[in-house]
Amino acid sequence: MVEVSRRTVLKGAGALGASMLPVAAVANAAEAQDAHGHMAQAAPASPQAAPASTPAPSPAEPTTYLFLNSDEAAFIEAAVARLIPKDDQWGGALEAGVPNYIDKQLAGAWGAGERLYRSGPWMPGTPTQGYQLPFTPAELFRTALRAINAEQAQHRFADMSAEEQDNYLKTLQDGSSKDLGGIPANVFFSQLFQSTLEGFFSDPVYGGNKDMLSWRMIGFPGAYASYYDLVDQHGIKLDRAPTSLAENARGHIMVNPGIPARSP
Amino acid sequence: MADVLPSVDVITIGVGLTGAMAGLELAKLGLKVVGLERGSPRDTVPDFQSPAIHDELRFSIRKAMMQDNTKVAVTFRNSSDQTALPVRRWEGFLPGQGLGGAFVHWNGQTYRAQVADFIYRTHLIQRYGEKFLEACGPELTIQDWGVTYDELEPYYDRFEYLCGVSGKAGNIKGQTQPGGNPLEAPRAREYPTPPMKEPYFAAIFRKGAESLGYHPYPQPSANLSQPYTNPEGLELQQCVFCGFCERYACEHFAKASPQTIVLPKLLKMSNYELRCNCEVLRINLDSTGKKATGVTYIDAAGREYEQPADLVLLTAFSLNNVRTLLLSKIGEPYDPKTGTGVIGRNYAYQTTGGATVFLDESINVNPFMASGANGTIIDDFGGDNFDHSQLGFIGGQYVGAIVTNGRPIEFHPTPPGTPTWGLQWKKAVVQHYNHTIAVQQHGTSTASRLNYLDLDPTYKDAWGQPLLRMTFDFPDNDTRMSQYVADKVVQIGNAMGGKMVVRGGTKRPYNSTVYQTTHNCGGAIMGADPRTSAVNRFQQSWEVPNVFSIGASSFPQNFTYNPSGTVGALAYWTLDAIKNQYLKSPGPLVPS
Ligand SMILES: Cc1cc2nc3c(=O)[nH]c(=O)nc-3n(C[C@H](O)[C@H](O)[C@H](O)COP(=O)(O)OP(=O)(O)OC[C@H]3O[C@@H](n4cnc5c(N)ncnc54)[C@H](O)[C@@H]3O)c2cc1C
Ligand code: SF4
Repeated sequence: MVEVSRRTVLKGAGALGASMLPVAAVANAAEAQDAHGHMAQAAPASPQAAPASTPAPSPAEPTTYLFLNSDEAAFIEAAVARLIPKDDQWGGALEAGVPNYIDKQLAGAWGAGERLYRSGPWMPGTPTQGYQLPFTPAELFRTALRAINAEQAQHRFADMSAEEQDNYLKTLQDGSSKDLGGIPANVFFSQLFQSTLEGFFSDPVYGGNKDMLSWRMIGFPGAYASYYDLVDQHGIKLDRAPTSLAENARGHIMVNPGIPARSP
Repeated sequence: MADVLPSVDVITIGVGLTGAMAGLELAKLGLKVVGLERGSPRDTVPDFQSPAIHDELRFSIRKAMMQDNTKVAVTFRNSSDQTALPVRRWEGFLPGQGLGGAFVHWNGQTYRAQVADFIYRTHLIQRYGEKFLEACGPELTIQDWGVTYDELEPYYDRFEYLCGVSGKAGNIKGQTQPGGNPLEAPRAREYPTPPMKEPYFAAIFRKGAESLGYHPYPQPSANLSQPYTNPEGLELQQCVFCGFCERYACEHFAKASPQTIVLPKLLKMSNYELRCNCEVLRINLDSTGKKATGVTYIDAAGREYEQPADLVLLTAFSLNNVRTLLLSKIGEPYDPKTGTGVIGRNYAYQTTGGATVFLDESINVNPFMASGANGTIIDDFGGDNFDHSQLGFIGGQYVGAIVTNGRPIEFHPTPPGTPTWGLQWKKAVVQHYNHTIAVQQHGTSTASRLNYLDLDPTYKDAWGQPLLRMTFDFPDNDTRMSQYVADKVVQIGNAMGGKMVVRGGTKRPYNSTVYQTTHNCGGAIMGADPRTSAVNRFQQSWEVPNVFSIGASSFPQNFTYNPSGTVGALAYWTLDAIKNQYLKSPGPLVPS
């Protein structure tokens, strides 16, 4: 288990209840090391990589990638930054640590096919029949990212302008006939977006939604959940900092991406 | 070779809602009862406790409480000319697994069906004529249940008092009650506990619906409005509107579940034995094929056992009931080509829909202050509560604001025209998150000869047995019905002050990747005629009278409402018949 301290509130979030926050502890870089003691191999989102037309993301905390290699990480970091970009008020998927979330999911049980029925035969099926590829999520990302990075050997996604990146993502999204090593591009895109959404909005225990950024952004109170006295105060504005299910008494979030998707 | 265990009186296959109820009723008689449950044992303390239970990714997205589909999945196709493929991840419906079954992670919306629902065919022909019915769809195979509302009323009552349902009666013995549903069937007395508090979204709906002359009332809820002690002496607590209800277990003892309403008493009884992590493969029959001798199951360590018993109760959830009957070769499988056979026949679902009502940003809906079964609804378009003679369809839907959560991976509405990702999408999410109400439609699913369940020819479970194959699409009758109600919902949305109201009735094809409900029903239906039903009016197998198949699999088609109130009532009705008739003289309770 890696303990990651809650960082100070992101710029602009202050107006919406920063005063309610427990005092933020200063992030200790050593805490972000993984169990093997490796530090991040890629300092994500180097300022050069940031598209000129968007505000430069605040440097994200170093991520120790367990699954993604550096080429894959470069794509994921750049892609999630376009899928849920930073704006002048709120950080986006990159600032929320979504690449770290995706990496840990792919490295863990979900990546290996947890809760996925995996017997053949394999047939494409109709859209109403859902996912029918033999790839586990880890295999899906690895295969698709390899194809994407091979295609972009000359002009890497991470080096493109924001507009080019958006156009490329749209070709993936619409690309049911575009093949990424056997994976229709639109299937990969929809998993990429779903994973980004999950990393952005899930509890920070999984290593995304850093500082509960997305919850502050929309006003979701998180794991705190007892509203008997408030539910009939119609229309009140809830001014409460969100809580994580993995928060200790000092407000530290005990990151543990490996929670199994099993019944308690 | 299976180890043969000492014989017992009764086995329940599955210990969810109906398995727990059956266990308690029959153990109270002193019978030796064994409950075989494929999932693990679990209880409110320590298993369902906060904050770990408030984990959207784990429970809503990864489906932690659901049937282990890596072992037993379901295959699905829209029509019999397609190849069914496995539902590789649960999405469209979410069968449960583990002690308590799906009744642990259900919402708690606890309804009764209407008088007409139990005599559906007879009623519709009386009111509209055979020709009308035929014109709604020649493929429709609706039937009467073989049991009437009046017969079930005492059992509905008993089940509601078991759960402690919070609600407001609208009709007590024919007397209309202010505040309740004036269109409901008569009930003997008031609900056990008063209605829940009305959240803001529900109040906004009430106002809008009332302004159009409809009859809003509080949804009957098994998330309790106040502490309550049920007739078994078990205590439930007050619901705190935690917003992590459906797909989750309740940490507060506030939701009726086997763990709160039955199990603490049952598990203390020395003549009841619970065996968890035991997968029942089949019911065994003697050489005549007319008598069950017990079941074969496999424990967690892979050891195979034969458990003999005098009486076998299938309480495994509708889909598993049907599959177990097919695997055990009890009853003739349905053949869609000839329309003969009964097991798998009349599989039905629930026809939903609804509108998204985008409100002014000054209105804070606070969708996270919600419970699984709170909210306000109208029954004006339910079932046959309105005149269909000019409409060209049968059936209807209840309509309501029954927001259950603001969990953001699942809930982040944006208006049509918003890009599906990027800056504009993000801004729209922020703009609308706290100012949007989903109004739901929830209604009848008409049985059709095209929709059925059978065993898949290709795909297998972890023990090498065929998966259940589901062939289902909405009959056109049902999409017409849903679209009709959708128009009314748009009017309600406007009356609620919607700045934008996005219409959303059901369309074909049925999509197994979009969650609608887990109200899978039919497939082993009850009825008066063994040629068109799998079980008699006491849910007793026509073919093998010491097997009873209990659950929504018995519904000949689905009515407007959520099933569990009726599943519970039917369970008590059947258990009474077992106690008072079957045990005295084991054999068919209805001559075939
Ligand atoms: C998300 C969700 C929300 C719902 N909300 C509502 C609602 O608001 N209102 C409503 O009326 N209904 C609701 N339902 C439906 C409700 O949960 C079911 O109607 C109810 O649980 C049915 O009871 P049952 O006993 O038939 O099945 P269950 O309670 O599911 O119990 C069946 C048990 O049998 C076990 N089993 C199955 N096969 C085997 C086997 N081969 N061997 C051993 N054990 C086996 C299963 O593991 C399970 O524990 C909801 C369901 C879901 C999933
Ligand atoms: S909403 Fe109420 S009944 Fe449902 S889990 Fe929360 S406290 Fe329990």
